[in-house]
Amino acid sequence: MTVAACLDTAANYDEWRNIAKAMLVDNVPPKEVDWNYQARDSGSLLDTLPTTRSHSAVKVITVPKEFVPLAEKVICHSNPQRFDLLYRLLWRLQSEKKLLEILSDEDVVLAHKMEKSVRRDSHKMKAFVRFKEIPEPDQLSGARRKFWAWFEPDHFIVERVAPFFQRRFTDMDWIIATPKGSAVWDGTALTMSRDPAVKLDTDDATDDLWRTYFANIFNPARLKIKAMQAEMPKKYWKNLPEADLIPDLINTAEARVQAMRERQATMPPVFHERLQAVVKTEKDKPPEAAGSLADLKHQAEQCTRCDLYKNATQTVFGDGPENADIMFVGEQPGDQEDLAGLPFVGPAGKVFDMALDLAGIDRTKVYVTNAVKHFKYIPRGKRRIHQKPNMGEVRACRWWLKKEIEFIKPKLIVALGATALTSLTEKQQRLSDFRGKEFPFGAGQKLFVTVHPSYLLRIPEEDMKHVETEKFINDIRLVKKLAIAS
Amino acid sequence: MKKTLQERLAILSDAAKYDASCASSGTTKRDSSRSGGLGSTEGSGICHAYAPDGRCISLLKILLTNFCIYDCAYCINRSSSNVERARFSVEEVIWLTLEFYRRNYIEGLFLSSGIIRSSDHTMEEMVRIAKELRTTHNFRGYIHLKSIPEASQHLIEEAGLYADRLSINIELPTDSGLAKFAPEKKPGNIRKSMGDLRLQIEAANDPTLQTKRRKKFIPGGQSTQMIVGADAASDSTILQTSSRLYGSYSLRRVYYSAFSPIPDSSKNLPLIKPPLVREHRLYQADWLYRFYGFGIEEITSARPDGMLDLDLDPKLAWALAHRGKFPVNINRAEREMLLRIPGLGTKTVKAILVARKHRSLRLDDLGRLGVSIKKIKAFIVAEGWSPHSLIDSADLRAVFSPKPEQLTLL
Repeated sequence: MTVAACLDTAANYDEWRNIAKAMLVDNVPPKEVDWNYQARDSGSLLDTLPTTRSHSAVKVITVPKEFVPLAEKVICHSNPQRFDLLYRLLWRLQSEKKLLEILSDEDVVLAHKMEKSVRRDSHKMKAFVRFKEIPEPDQLSGARRKFWAWFEPDHFIVERVAPFFQRRFTDMDWIIATPKGSAVWDGTALTMSRDPAVKLDTDDATDDLWRTYFANIFNPARLKIKAMQAEMPKKYWKNLPEADLIPDLINTAEARVQAMRERQATMPPVFHERLQAVVKTEKDKPPEAAGSLADLKHQAEQCTRCDLYKNATQTVFGDGPENADIMFVGEQPGDQEDLAGLPFVGPAGKVFDMALDLAGIDRTKVYVTNAVKHFKYIPRGKRRIHQKPNMGEVRACRWWLKKEIEFIKPKLIVALGATALTSLTEKQQRLSDFRGKEFPFGAGQKLFVTVHPSYLLRIPEEDMKHVETEKFINDIRLVKKLAIAS
Repeated sequence: MKKTLQERLAILSDAAKYDASCASSGTTKRDSSRSGGLGSTEGSGICHAYAPDGRCISLLKILLTNFCIYDCAYCINRSSSNVERARFSVEEVIWLTLEFYRRNYIEGLFLSSGIIRSSDHTMEEMVRIAKELRTTHNFRGYIHLKSIPEASQHLIEEAGLYADRLSINIELPTDSGLAKFAPEKKPGNIRKSMGDLRLQIEAANDPTLQTKRRKKFIPGGQSTQMIVGADAASDSTILQTSSRLYGSYSLRRVYYSAFSPIPDSSKNLPLIKPPLVREHRLYQADWLYRFYGFGIEEITSARPDGMLDLDLDPKLAWALAHRGKFPVNINRAEREMLLRIPGLGTKTVKAILVARKHRSLRLDDLGRLGVSIKKIKAFIVAEGWSPHSLIDSADLRAVFSPKPEQLTLL
């Protein structure tokens, strides 16, 4: 025995749900329900429901929360089996609570397939609706303009998609007419009709500009017809103003490419020669000698003494006044320094600043630089992992460091970490042999050695970190004393 | 005689088509229901049409002008080319954008420009277009602006307030390649502008002390493009450059554009058929790097010349070169290893992880999840299925290699 379940509308989830609930309460198994819409002549919905069945005692119908959004889409599908499928899922869900998670179940697969098809059709509607303007003979300036569009969807999606157009084309009046219903927006209300509409033949002059754009944005040298049709199937073409250009664009593509190839190279236009002459005089200028620290910095921007420049953003040169008494030398710029073009502005720079602050040293009065002036790293996904510079790189960059020392003539140079120490003393040294002490350096200058502040950031253990940070701050306090003494 | 708008549209869209970027996704969600204006961006981008080159048309991609003082060999707009030149006014670009948008042809505007004498003047006009669209016309669609090299910092900052995305093209994977083909472009300056943008994006994302609200600054991030096949750089070099760019500047996308013959082309460049398959393989490799946990070396180490296999997708090529890691038990393996099975995408892997909690999966279960059994079966163990020696068979590669086809000349 079958029970007829008659629906008023093709794709109304609420209507279906009410009937399905009643059926379920009545324990009507899916096989015995004959779902159809439009076939109903009169009477209320509940009239069609069987009354002979035994009600199961106070039945609570529950569905997982994923069911509703899934069913709301599936019900828009044009497949006449959709009501049946949804009822079957609802029925089964009462005993198989996790059914929807079994993505390989046949009913679940079918529902997802239909859902996907509805989603795709909705997406294509958003893409391929083309509005044409309905000209108003004496349009007042500032009055709302009027547009209309004809579209042929596969499924009953107009009601689902219309709010998208309302949110997007808010400042104009429009109608989207389809064989499966229409939507009308007038600036205050979105009105739906479920009746099939009829196509009008109208023209919009702007379509010609769009066709010009479509023809010219196409690159004939990379014909990929299948890729185009996969995304813009032919069934949509008849309502797209640009589509009738496609056959001709395809047919002439090869000849156009051939013509490009065969054409002889032409003489450049006159303005090109003029431009090149300007470029040439600029190139012929002799390189400037480093007369000042600023010149030196400028020259360092072009440095290719080692390969590190290839992967770094920029040279990070020293920063500070030319008459500084203290010069701090770190290892190399890190991620933030590389982007900003300034030394010690990242996390290690914060530790450095804090120590200077506690020791009473004004950062704007000291010169801060690095042994190596380009950031060395390896990319790991969205970050860059710092790499220690090798001896060759340190040696190549020592050239700049020496020049900086020559210009600044600091009384005290502070090496932060082993790389700086190595670069300054020109041989590999153990940091622990030198740390916290003062050594004569160059012509009457002094060298003081401590750790690099990034070392403190890498200590995992909190107590140890605290002890080492205190030690570093004391070192910087010593630096202050030494600077005053000298 | 002055060219008509239609003639100039033809010239300035033809001039813009070699930029592959078309994305209109990844920006903030917004619409006009409150403002009563025009336009929305709702998450995923929309391709409003496809040209027969298979490329999506999502944005009105045009140049403000194709006059250019640079002479980049690969570019249709280089100063030594005799292509027709034209320019739009600010008002014309605004008008075209709005009228195209109203007819639902496009998601928004992608505006670029040739470099004329003053970078700042060009950038100023581009910023004005974006600003007027947003403020005067209440336009909420997508705007992508190309940064003009050497334009002042304050103009880039202002552009970022109105645009969804800014981009500057790296063009070629190596500095030496750029020096050869684009002598006026400075690779250091390109990297510097990307670095500046990343800092600005991060600064805008830091909530201020007064308010938790973040400033709006190019919510769609930055992207770039590399031309493939104009110079001799290998795939390995290209991908290493990409990984560096992703890591250094938080780029949303690196686009690869197969070098393609241009009208009135320079005699210094090869007259090649655009290497479309190579371009496709690079995109696949890029995806493996970003979403599948592969390292660049893993993807490119199979061949000594650093090139990807054109016949096989890079994941399959990796699997065939590392057969010892297969077969993988589909019901037990961890996500990381499932992602390495040829034929499984990120979505399918997610579905498998959920589905296998409830039952042990068989081959036909996988089939219903949309997996190609033919492709996958040699690499997996499933309930009731073991490939036995299939994974070790010498001709496994032949199973996947494309059928030989008749080549066209050139």
